Amino acid sequence: MSSPLRRRAALVAGHLAGEATRRLGRGGGTALPGLVAGSLAPDLVENLASLPGHGLVTVTGTNGKTTTTHLLAEIARAAGMRPLTNRSGSNLERGLVTAYVDAAGADGAVSGAEDALGVLEVDEAVLPTVFVRLKPRAAVFLNLFRDQLDRYGEIDSVADGWARAIESAQPPPTLVLNADDPSVALLAERATGRVITFGIDDTTVALKAAEQASDARFCICGHRFTHDHIFVSHVGHWRCTACGRSRPTPDVAATRVHLDADGSDIEVRAGDEIATLRVPTAGLYSVTNVVAAIAAGLALDVPLATSVAAVSAAGPAFGRQERFAIEGRQVRVWLAKNPAGLNEIARALTAADRDLYLLAILNDGIQDGKDVSWIYDADIEHLAGRIAALTCSGARAEELALRFAIAGVQGVGGVEATTVTPHLHAALNDAIWRVPEGGTLDVVATYTAMIEVRGMLAERAGVAAYWEQAR
Amino acid sequence: MSEPIRVVPLYGDVMNVYADRGNLLAVQHRAAERGIEVVVLPASLGDPLPDGADLVLIGGGQDREQQRIASELAAHGARLRDWAAEGVAMLAVCGGFQLFGRWYRDGDGETLPGAGVFDVTTLASGPGQPRCVGDVLAASALADVGAVVGFENHGGRTYLGPEARPFAIVEFGWGNNGADGTEGAIYNAAIGTYLHGSVLPKNPRLLDHLLAAALTHRSGRQVELPALPSPVAERAHEAAAAVARQRGFPFLGLAR
Repeated sequence: MSSPLRRRAALVAGHLAGEATRRLGRGGGTALPGLVAGSLAPDLVENLASLPGHGLVTVTGTNGKTTTTHLLAEIARAAGMRPLTNRSGSNLERGLVTAYVDAAGADGAVSGAEDALGVLEVDEAVLPTVFVRLKPRAAVFLNLFRDQLDRYGEIDSVADGWARAIESAQPPPTLVLNADDPSVALLAERATGRVITFGIDDTTVALKAAEQASDARFCICGHRFTHDHIFVSHVGHWRCTACGRSRPTPDVAATRVHLDADGSDIEVRAGDEIATLRVPTAGLYSVTNVVAAIAAGLALDVPLATSVAAVSAAGPAFGRQERFAIEGRQVRVWLAKNPAGLNEIARALTAADRDLYLLAILNDGIQDGKDVSWIYDADIEHLAGRIAALTCSGARAEELALRFAIAGVQGVGGVEATTVTPHLHAALNDAIWRVPEGGTLDVVATYTAMIEVRGMLAERAGVAAYWEQAR
Repeated sequence: MSEPIRVVPLYGDVMNVYADRGNLLAVQHRAAERGIEVVVLPASLGDPLPDGADLVLIGGGQDREQQRIASELAAHGARLRDWAAEGVAMLAVCGGFQLFGRWYRDGDGETLPGAGVFDVTTLASGPGQPRCVGDVLAASALADVGAVVGFENHGGRTYLGPEARPFAIVEFGWGNNGADGTEGAIYNAAIGTYLHGSVLPKNPRLLDHLLAAALTHRSGRQVELPALPSPVAERAHEAAAAVARQRGFPFLGLAR
């Protein structure tokens, strides 16, 4: 155990490291402060766990972590708590420690911790290594899809890690589980504490046909799942005809969902209470994130009305359907990092009844996944007939252009549909000028590409950099 | 061409963890460009094999998925070996390649029987052995194919038996086992490889090679495809090769 003095010194050092990176213009310092502080006092994670007076909630899953964390932080704020979160998807151990460094002042002291609630998004592969040490009061599990297999290895090993973490955590946290994802819902069998489930009851928004990238086809018992309705991948209303396991009836459910191009109008039932609200971001996955956050609020005894008001008023999380006004066009940024996410974005994009202008950016860094094969698992064929102009960019622009060509993307009105411009500044200009004035450019980007393009857009639109934004 | 070529994706809904369906999409797309008719006859768990095939595709899976199909696939082994012997074109990728070998010993020490199309055997990685992950650039043994590019991600180490020939020699990447420099295996018109996911889209000459082999099998006479450029795919090929040269690990072992 490091001494309180050593911890404080570590936090000060982390603070200085963050200042230095920001002043050098080397990014937001979301990782380095944690690395520096963590190396000086290795037990900062344990210490972080005992810091917030209202305890700590973890949010994990393949998709939706950042948005759900953001929404839950807004709920906490509305309920009179002070959310302590990690920023901008910085969800490895060093990112968690950076959250601690951020909470501490320049002198290494944390004030007002008694009002704080930790709301931390945790990388799905990192969760097993930090879960027991974080001692969360509640833990949200969103979904489990194939993602960055070059980094995570096989999907099954991620699920096993979650199950072991849940069994070892003391005292047992309240589990907030997605009823619609069998990989997540079946974690309830490992629970020793309270379980709250969330999901989508309205089957009118289910897919008409199954998608290619389905990741949990088989039940624990070994039999193939039957899906009465599918929302995305293997997520939906599932049951096993062999052992009788089936989707639990969610405690918090979206009972009515009406999707449009910019968001959705939904009805939420939590126990006997019913509320209606506008979800201000597009796509069915945004609805799932909202009900997940409301369910997590329930786990913290936040009244439904408080949660509903908070999520309705919340803006988009960083780089997740954020909008920028540039050259008389609206530019909207979508983060796509795996087949399930890209499928959901494709679906949300086609909900708009208009031609699409796209800038698609595929990078192959460690945070994007060095293996870009995953683009073949996404059903982007749905977009083919809808694209008026497409600019492909990023480190693997050529590969992306090939994927769209195989999907059958063709020009409309004799104009070449696809241009390939690896250099991002030029690609952004190309894409913007191909959109008619007053139109919308949708930018679909992998993680590092999103950070890069968002920086360019923010600069041109005069928006603050992400590390300067209020959390 | 009178009869459409019969493309059989095996266990496409189970063995598709690494985007292997990209290979089927590429076959369909390229065949359409060339005016070749294709009929797709998928066979998965519990299905009988179709009466005949000209091109068989199988992708990769996790241990759990491989265990699920192994015994059934092994039961199809005699048919598949006959098909391969009579010149049916095949592409078996990653886990599918392992199960098209003689046997695969998985992480639990369980030996899964293979279909025996290729004279290869595979051992799951031992404790402390890293997974073989990364970009690959390899020189294929096929004159009309040349360099192949892709990405590999496998724990298993595959070793060639006396009757197997390597599909390619690794320049950048791990290959079959990280030790002997070989990548994949060839038997007749059947190809096994660790290059997963988008191997056919970004290797247009390999794609044409398999299409020609499938047409040859279908028609019973040697078919050579007329030249037809695929500039988008060639550019993707070159870009992937550049990435492999830049960050792949150069293979320094002795190639056999």
